[in-house]
Amino acid sequence: MKSSNNKKHLLTGNEAAAEAAILAGCRHYYGYPITPQNELINHMAIRMPQVGGTFLQAESEIAAVYMAYGGAAAGARVMTSSSGPGISLMQEGISYLAGSELPCVIVNVQRGGPGLGDISPSQADYFQAVKGGGHGDYHNIVLAPASVQEIADLVYDAFDLADRYRNPVMLLGDAQLGQMMEPVEFRKTPRTHQAVKRWALTGAEGRARNIVKSFYPVKGELEAFNIRLQRKYRAIEQEEVRYEEVNTQGAEIILVAYGTCARICKEAIRRASGTGLQIGLLRPITLWPFPKEPLRRLAKKARAFCVVEMSAGQMVEDVRLAVLDRCPVHFYGRMGGGVPSSREILKKVLNILAPEGTLELEIPEIPTELGKGLYFSTIP
Amino acid sequence: MQALYSAPETLIRTPSHYCPGCGHGIAHRLLAEIIDEWGIRGKTIGLAPVGCSVLAYNYLDIDMCEAAHGRPPAIATGIKRVHPDNVVFTYQGDGDLAAIGMAEIVHAASRAENITVIFINNAIYGMTNGQLAPTTLLNQRTTTTPEGRNPLTHGYPIRICELLATLEGASFLARTSLSSPKDVLQTKEALKKGFKTQIEKKGFSLIEVLAPCPVYWRMSPVESLKFIEEKMTQTFPLGVFKDWEKTVSAPGGQATKV
Repeated sequence: MKSSNNKKHLLTGNEAAAEAAILAGCRHYYGYPITPQNELINHMAIRMPQVGGTFLQAESEIAAVYMAYGGAAAGARVMTSSSGPGISLMQEGISYLAGSELPCVIVNVQRGGPGLGDISPSQADYFQAVKGGGHGDYHNIVLAPASVQEIADLVYDAFDLADRYRNPVMLLGDAQLGQMMEPVEFRKTPRTHQAVKRWALTGAEGRARNIVKSFYPVKGELEAFNIRLQRKYRAIEQEEVRYEEVNTQGAEIILVAYGTCARICKEAIRRASGTGLQIGLLRPITLWPFPKEPLRRLAKKARAFCVVEMSAGQMVEDVRLAVLDRCPVHFYGRMGGGVPSSREILKKVLNILAPEGTLELEIPEIPTELGKGLYFSTIP
Repeated sequence: MQALYSAPETLIRTPSHYCPGCGHGIAHRLLAEIIDEWGIRGKTIGLAPVGCSVLAYNYLDIDMCEAAHGRPPAIATGIKRVHPDNVVFTYQGDGDLAAIGMAEIVHAASRAENITVIFINNAIYGMTNGQLAPTTLLNQRTTTTPEGRNPLTHGYPIRICELLATLEGASFLARTSLSSPKDVLQTKEALKKGFKTQIEKKGFSLIEVLAPCPVYWRMSPVESLKFIEEKMTQTFPLGVFKDWEKTVSAPGGQATKV
C-alpha cells in the first residue's frame, strides 16, 4: 500500500502497527511467525524492501529479539513482534534491552495461555509485560491501544518514548485488536524525536569507543546502575502516564479496563444510558507507568471500582494498590480466550450495587444481529 | 633506540582477568594486530558474549557490544544490517557457540550473513569452572563428567567447521590452533582471511581456534599446548574447510592445510 497521508485505510490492527512503524522511521524489523500476529510480519515482508529497510524472518523469537537488540545497539529504530509463547521466549532479550538501555519497540498480540493455549484474544500477559517478565529490576513502558487507529498512533509514540528514555517499549494488544479491520488515518507528520545516539555502535572513528553492555562485575557498580535505572523509571512515571476517562463525572461505579475490554465497557456504558445507572470508565493507555493518581482521585467519589479483564485478574492488583482501601475494587474476568460481553459486565455492575439481587434492570438489547457474541461500540 | 616490537595500539594495556596460560590473550592480540595493520579500528565492531571473554571489551579499544549467552550471531546480524560497511565480528567460546548458541550460528551461516566469527574452542566451560562443553573430547574429565566424557551418556564432541561446511552460506571456514608460534601465525592468517571475506562482502566466515585452558584441564601451560597438538587435533583436525577463493572440500570431506 501507499503511505499517502490524510487518507483513510481499512487495515487490520497488525497491518496498521507495521505501517505506522515504517512511517515512524523504523527500517529494521525482525520477527518469527506466530498467530495472531502474522499480518504484521507479512506486511513488513512486503513493505520493508519497498522503503529500503531490512526485513528478516529469524530462526526463533530468541534470535528475533537479539537481532533487534543488535539493530538498536547500532543506533537504528527497530521493531519486533510476536504473541504469548514467542514473547515468553523473548523475555531474556527484553531484560538485556532494559539492562543495556536500548530503545526497541516490541508488539505483543496477546493470545490465550498458559502454554500453547489458543489463538483467541486474551489479556493474560499483563503481569509479564508490566511487572518485568524477564530477570532483574526493570520496567518496559507498556502501551495499550483499544482501536486500530490508536495502534497506529501509539506505535509512533512507542518509538519516540523508546528513544527518549533508551528503554524497551511494549505495545500490548490482543488477537481481537490485531485481526480486526477498522479505518485508520496515519498522522501526516509523525512526531519524531529521533535523538542523536552518541552511545550507539558505529565504529569508533575519530572518537572514544562505545560499549553496549549490562554487565557490572565490580562490586557496587551494579547497584549504582540500578539506582540510575530506577531514577529513570520514576521520571517516566512522572511524565508519561496516559489514560482516558469516560463518564466518570458523578459515576457510582467506575469500570477499569484497557484494550479490547475497554471497548466492551464503553458498549456497556452506552447500553446503560437512560437506565439511571451511573457508570464510568477509566481506561489506562499506559499500563506502565500505571495511572495511579486518577484512580486515587476517582476513589474519593465513586462507590466502587470494577476491573474488567480477559484474565484471571492481573491489572486488578495494580488498581487495588493504587486505591488501597479507599474504595472497594471488584473484578470481572474471562479467561482462556473468553471475551466478556457488555451484558455480562452490566450484570456484574448490578450485582455490585445490589448483591442481594434486589436491583433489576431492563438491559436494552444490542441493536444489531452481531449482538450475541462480540460487539464493539462505535463510541470512539 | 628503535622499537622493533610493541603491543598493538588497539590492545588496551590493563591487567588481564584471564588465567595463566589461557589462550584468549593471544587471540585478542592477534585481533588487535590485524585491526592496527589494516587501519580498521574506526569501522570495527566486536561482540563478546557470556563466557570467559565477556570482558573482551576491557582489552580491545574498539566499539563493542556485550551479548547474552549464545546470541552474538543474532546481535551481529542486527548490527551488520544497520552498518553493512563496518567490520563486525563475534568472539565466542565453545559453550556459547556450539551449545546454547547452536541455532544462531547455524542460521547466521546459512543466511551467508556477512560477519566474521572467531570461535575459541578449548573444549571446556572455563568461566563456570570447568564443565562439559559440546566440544569436550571423549574421556576428557570435566567437573560434570568426573569419570570422563562417555559417549553413551554425554554424546560425542561436535565438529563445528565440518558441520557448517555443509551449508552453502558459509564462505570461509578454517580451524587453527594456538599451540605453537607457527600455529599462532597461521591463526593470524586465517583471521585475516576471515576479515577479508567480510570486507569483500563474500559472506559468512568462521575461524575455529583450538585454545588452551590449563587451569580447567588441570595441566601446566606447557602440557596444555602439548594436549592440543597430540589430542585435540585428533578430534578436531586443523585446516580450511571452505574457501570462497578456492574450491576446497566437499561437505564433510578432507580438510586442506592452511
